[in-house]
Amino acid sequence: MSLGSYFAYLLVMAGVAYLVRAIPFLAIRKKIQNRFINSFMFYIPYAVLSAMTFPAIFESTGSTLSAAAGTVLAVILALCGQNLLVVALASCAAVFLTGLIF
Amino acid sequence: MDNWTHSSLSLKEGLKDGLAIGLGYFPVSFTFGILAVGQGLSWWQATFLSLLNLTSAGQFAGLDIMAQGGSLIEMALTQLVVNIRYSLMSIVIGQKADDTTDGWHRFLIPYTMTDEIFGVAAGKGQPVGFPYWVGLSTLPVIGWTAGTLAGSLLGQVLPQRLSDALGIALYAMFIAIIIPAAKKYRPVWFCIVVAVALACLFHFIPFLSSVSSGFTVIICGVSSAALCAWLFPVKEEEL
Repeated sequence: MSLGSYFAYLLVMAGVAYLVRAIPFLAIRKKIQNRFINSFMFYIPYAVLSAMTFPAIFESTGSTLSAAAGTVLAVILALCGQNLLVVALASCAAVFLTGLIF
Repeated sequence: MDNWTHSSLSLKEGLKDGLAIGLGYFPVSFTFGILAVGQGLSWWQATFLSLLNLTSAGQFAGLDIMAQGGSLIEMALTQLVVNIRYSLMSIVIGQKADDTTDGWHRFLIPYTMTDEIFGVAAGKGQPVGFPYWVGLSTLPVIGWTAGTLAGSLLGQVLPQRLSDALGIALYAMFIAIIIPAAKKYRPVWFCIVVAVALACLFHFIPFLSSVSSGFTVIICGVSSAALCAWLFPVKEEEL
């Protein structure tokens, strides 16, 4: 890829990523009183992350079996209240070990 | 709750909360570095891209478009769809922001709006100020950028089995965000189940599976959140 097209892609990517985050933050300053909208905003991150994670997680490692092992461990550790890092690393380790055994 | 003045959360607390995110980002962006170099980017191009974008799914999607030589319009649209959830997060954080976030601070805060930083900040039962936000963002930015740098330089010598294992890190992090939220507030379970069920429909049903992944996420996410907001409206003190 030429340097010119790299920078064009970069500009578009970073520009859109920033504006998508900044415009609502800069524009919406009043407290929103509507209960439905507030509830919707409360749920949306969890809904979006859930839809991004499942079922895509099962195709994230090259083998459904190892991905399933990593998923199960991640869910258990998250249920036990472990933090982000522990969950991520343990899940990777489970995938790696499953891959070694099977 | 409407008369928030200064947040009691300090820069130091932010750094502490951000440490786990920063370390968690490393393997994910390491994977991005490997893929980016595989698609013909140089190490500095990949690293610079991570530093300026700070989006997980957005960058992975962008890489595909670059590799296929897609148009800039296609790039812009894909980034818009994949990243639109950040708009909603920005609105939420805007509602929680105290008066230390005025002026030029307001232009800096959105740059580090990521799923994980949002998840931690939104989970704080108090207003969020600029010092805390800077603390919370610093290590994730470093972790994300350094991960890509390391991945683009070392990725080619990493055994396949190890880079496969790193592929799950992004999703494991998402799990570590959604499950604690559901434990804290039970209707979130319902929200997760509905979103996942819809995502499975879009994945497995032949006609629906032709919808691009960005749009799938928007449709499933918005439907599930709207349904939950209707069935289980959240009380002011729980937001």
